[in-house]
Amino acid sequence: MGSGSGIACDLSTHSLLTVEHRAKYQAPDLVRRTLGYARSVAIVGLSTKRQKASFFVATFLKSRGIKIIPVHPKADRILGEKVYPTLTDIPESVDVVNVFRPPHECPVYAEQAVGIGAKVLWLQLGLFSEEAATIASAGGLDVIMDLCIKMEYGRYDGTMRFLGMNTGILTAKKAQIGRISSSQDMHASECSILT
Amino acid sequence: MSESDQKRVFGFETRMLHAGHVPDAVTGSRAVPIYQTTSYVFDSPDYAAQLFDLKQYGNIYTRINNPTTAAFEERVASLEEGAGALATSSGMAAQLATMMTLLEPGDEVVASQHLYGGTRTQFVHTFRKLGVTAHFVEPDDFDAWEAAINSQTRVLYAETIGNPQGSVVDIARLAALAESNNCPLVIDNTFATPYLCQPLNHGAHIALHSATKFMGGHGNSIGGVIVESGRFDYSNYPSIADPSPSYHNLRFYDTFGLHAFLMKARVETIRDTGACLSPFNAFLLIQGLETLSIRMDRHVKNAMAIAKYLEDDPRIEYVAYPGLESSPYHELALKYCSPGPGAVFSFGIKGGEPRAAGKRFIEALNLFSHLANVGDARSLVIHPASTTHQQLSDEELAASGIDPGMIRLSIGLETEEDLLWDLDQALRAI
Repeated sequence: MGSGSGIACDLSTHSLLTVEHRAKYQAPDLVRRTLGYARSVAIVGLSTKRQKASFFVATFLKSRGIKIIPVHPKADRILGEKVYPTLTDIPESVDVVNVFRPPHECPVYAEQAVGIGAKVLWLQLGLFSEEAATIASAGGLDVIMDLCIKMEYGRYDGTMRFLGMNTGILTAKKAQIGRISSSQDMHASECSILT
Repeated sequence: MSESDQKRVFGFETRMLHAGHVPDAVTGSRAVPIYQTTSYVFDSPDYAAQLFDLKQYGNIYTRINNPTTAAFEERVASLEEGAGALATSSGMAAQLATMMTLLEPGDEVVASQHLYGGTRTQFVHTFRKLGVTAHFVEPDDFDAWEAAINSQTRVLYAETIGNPQGSVVDIARLAALAESNNCPLVIDNTFATPYLCQPLNHGAHIALHSATKFMGGHGNSIGGVIVESGRFDYSNYPSIADPSPSYHNLRFYDTFGLHAFLMKARVETIRDTGACLSPFNAFLLIQGLETLSIRMDRHVKNAMAIAKYLEDDPRIEYVAYPGLESSPYHELALKYCSPGPGAVFSFGIKGGEPRAAGKRFIEALNLFSHLANVGDARSLVIHPASTTHQQLSDEELAASGIDPGMIRLSIGLETEEDLLWDLDQALRAI
């Protein structure tokens, strides 16, 4: 049950950010576009612990057929994926750099994200760093802050509403074929829902 | 679609009809389908494991979630402008699930004493079994609220429009007091519905409803719903922030952020107590929501006309409706319930023995149904002292602001003149 091409209301009330910052860093069309093309997500601060938020997010993205690339100083493999100690060690292309580290560390990841040619710097729910945003924007990246990539994916693929959450999506148009499932091959049809 | 179109914030009526349901890809069913099923086939063993581990959003078992119920939940969340909602088997279950999610044995609640009698009974007697103590204060006495708060206080609680005194609570002031004491403010918004008042937009952190009442609106389904604002900081609130022993030491606030309370209430409290809403009731409640604003406008219009009529009638002692200028809560009603302060109010009949007069009045009514409910499309009447509040002692009754002769009306959608006629002929029959 996807969400079709419905309009996403601006869920303005649940953010650390000011109205101006939300318009810049949480715009529904930016979020949707990002989710539509993201094929590889480097997760900075991905935990090895099963009950941490980052582990939830990585498990979820992987089930959607997105390549996750863990960035962790010590671990070897997380969720079966090879771990890199820093973003700059990653040998393959990265679409989104998703950060789960404190705000004061974010400018460094922004610089590294620019260096490796990522397309989007995405700071998780509860994170805001104007300095990181300035660095990433100057390097040509889109910036998303104080949003959870899993929640946003669930909002636009329609699954979040199975748990009574307010997706803010409202449309009289039929959802499109290609309901999200756990299988890895659903990603192509998912794109048509997201874009 | 332009960027500004993408950010459109839809109006209340549009959300009443569309929020929470996208016509599905296969059938295109326009009405929300009734998913009358207990369970859902999993895509794969890995996916099933991830679902149970809460790493996927998906359907598990109807005791935990159901697509019809979810449409109802999201629609209510949208109307209340909350982060999400959880439906329950009744309004009482919504209250109990909220408190069981937030509280631990030894914790305390400070509540307005203008409450539905069943709520008070639950707070005093059932809470005692759980090791929770409730203190009751006059809703507009902020010194009393502050005096009752101590280091064990975890929740402040009130009804938007107190039942049956017609008191309106100062939600914004209470929310500030709650936050300064690291407590969420829980508001029962049953009598107002989100059309008349949106407590979360005034700072409340959780809104509850007996959906049985005006939301369903037709007196056919028992149900309740809990709405989370997503704005309370649970970082230092043990029951939501600490590792949960009943979910592999999951820290709900760390993991689910703005949905933490709601997730915990769903996957622990409702999972374990089983107080889920049936999908068929969810469907009927959705039908009610689709006409909520139109019905509430008429409920309020009829209620106002009847309250004014009774207030001017020499046979009547008092009318406790915050829509009347004579009500001490009139200003709060204008602030918090600008379209009108609901359609449930009480009054007292002059002269004679109050209990006997009340009984004769109810016997003489033709159109008002004598029963224990409010918020039906039809007009209702009850005598609280002998019914809804009969478990209360005389002292508790007085503390709840109820006198023995008080009559409570829930004004329906009938022709206004017919309701006035019925009340007049019943008053003449006393």
